[in-house]
Amino acid sequence: MTRAKLTKWIGIVSFLAVAVDIWLGLWVTPPDAQQGNFVRLVYIHPALAWVALYLAFGVAAICSILYLWPRTRSFTMDRIAASAVEVGVVFTVLTLITGSIWGRPTWGVWWTWDARLTSTALLAVLFVGYLALRRVPADPHVRARRSAIAAIIAAIDVPIVHFSVVWWQTLHQGATVLNPNLTPTIHGIMAWTLLLSFLAFTGLFVWMLLVRFDIAVLEDLDSDESLDVALAQRRAEGAAS
Amino acid sequence: MFHDARLIASRDLRIELRSKVATWQVVPFALLSLILFAFAIGPNPALLKQTSPGLFWLALLFASVLGTQRSLSVEGDDATREATRLLDLDPAGIFLGKCLALIVEFVLLELVLLAGVLLFFHTHVTAWPLLVASLVLAPIGLSSASVIYGSVTTGLRSSATLLPLLVLPVLAPLLIAGARCFAEATGSTGNSAEWSGVLAVFSGVYLLLGIVLYGPLEES
Repeated sequence: MTRAKLTKWIGIVSFLAVAVDIWLGLWVTPPDAQQGNFVRLVYIHPALAWVALYLAFGVAAICSILYLWPRTRSFTMDRIAASAVEVGVVFTVLTLITGSIWGRPTWGVWWTWDARLTSTALLAVLFVGYLALRRVPADPHVRARRSAIAAIIAAIDVPIVHFSVVWWQTLHQGATVLNPNLTPTIHGIMAWTLLLSFLAFTGLFVWMLLVRFDIAVLEDLDSDESLDVALAQRRAEGAAS
Repeated sequence: MFHDARLIASRDLRIELRSKVATWQVVPFALLSLILFAFAIGPNPALLKQTSPGLFWLALLFASVLGTQRSLSVEGDDATREATRLLDLDPAGIFLGKCLALIVEFVLLELVLLAGVLLFFHTHVTAWPLLVASLVLAPIGLSSASVIYGSVTTGLRSSATLLPLLVLPVLAPLLIAGARCFAEATGSTGNSAEWSGVLAVFSGVYLLLGIVLYGPLEES
């Protein structure tokens, strides 16, 4: 199977899994004893946060370290890191939006200056800064090196976000499955739907990463060709004059 | 490494003493920020006192961006970066030297701002040791993070607008911890040890990161 076909199938399976997750979450699973129907956001929100905080920014940090390491330095690492950050920022914003939708009926406000919320918003801004840095025209090697350093520094915020609910008293509830005692507080069809959401959104992340990576390769090729065309035009002008 | 750091720090401080950019531009800007904050809040002494910790640190952070841009522009002028590289100085030493010069400038800036806050915001210090500890610890982290990000943006076309966008979110923990220490040192209650600890950890982490990452950043 070619990579293009594999990417396509990952996309199809992931979208189907997300559709099944939504169906289970909205119609099959029961309402929660305390939260009622608001619990249904748990089948989207934690999975989005998992993709954004751990997968996307984790991949970005690892690839950035690998780019800085002379033995593993290649533009592939730089492109994967940049693609992961772009997808990660989208997922972080979606995490904040779905969290806000849950917070309005539960806490009575769209936004509160809670440690988990604030550190997540800060993470989004840090990686938006990373993307802004990449948009500035520069030599590809310089851009890749500086972006890698910016990504590593920004990734320091990820453990702060994760442990914020442990370190500080926050409104945000603690982890449902991976809590400090490793005793899941969700069971049955609700637990399976939650698991499916994590798998579905992970697949969606992989698909988006692969597609964005291919676009990044094409962008670089286009940039190189544009440079060649511009150089040829200048040489032709020079020869004519 | 420490010899190189001393060389770079003394060079940067000498340039600053001669050009007086910090004296005539960065310090007045910091004081102006304080005064404008007071205008925005209004002449309510209780409110001014209550908001003074946050405003002190905000003014310091905004002014520090100017100070960092000035410090890093020195590296960009007249191919100074390339000349420094030819001297075969230790990158970690260069980083520490730039941090050291900025720490001196930021501590002086803090003193001026502190005088401004005590004068204009009706604030009284009740715990000097805590205040002094926070004012000594914070510039270490502030200068380390600023030099790393300043170097990331040096030489880029829109570095002036990019630096604040990159560095200010990173400095958020320093702003929170510094403001809490300041609030406790000026009369409020709270856990001062916890926030001084945050300042110390922040400064230690960014100083270490700078020492490790400055080499790859300066590669030709």
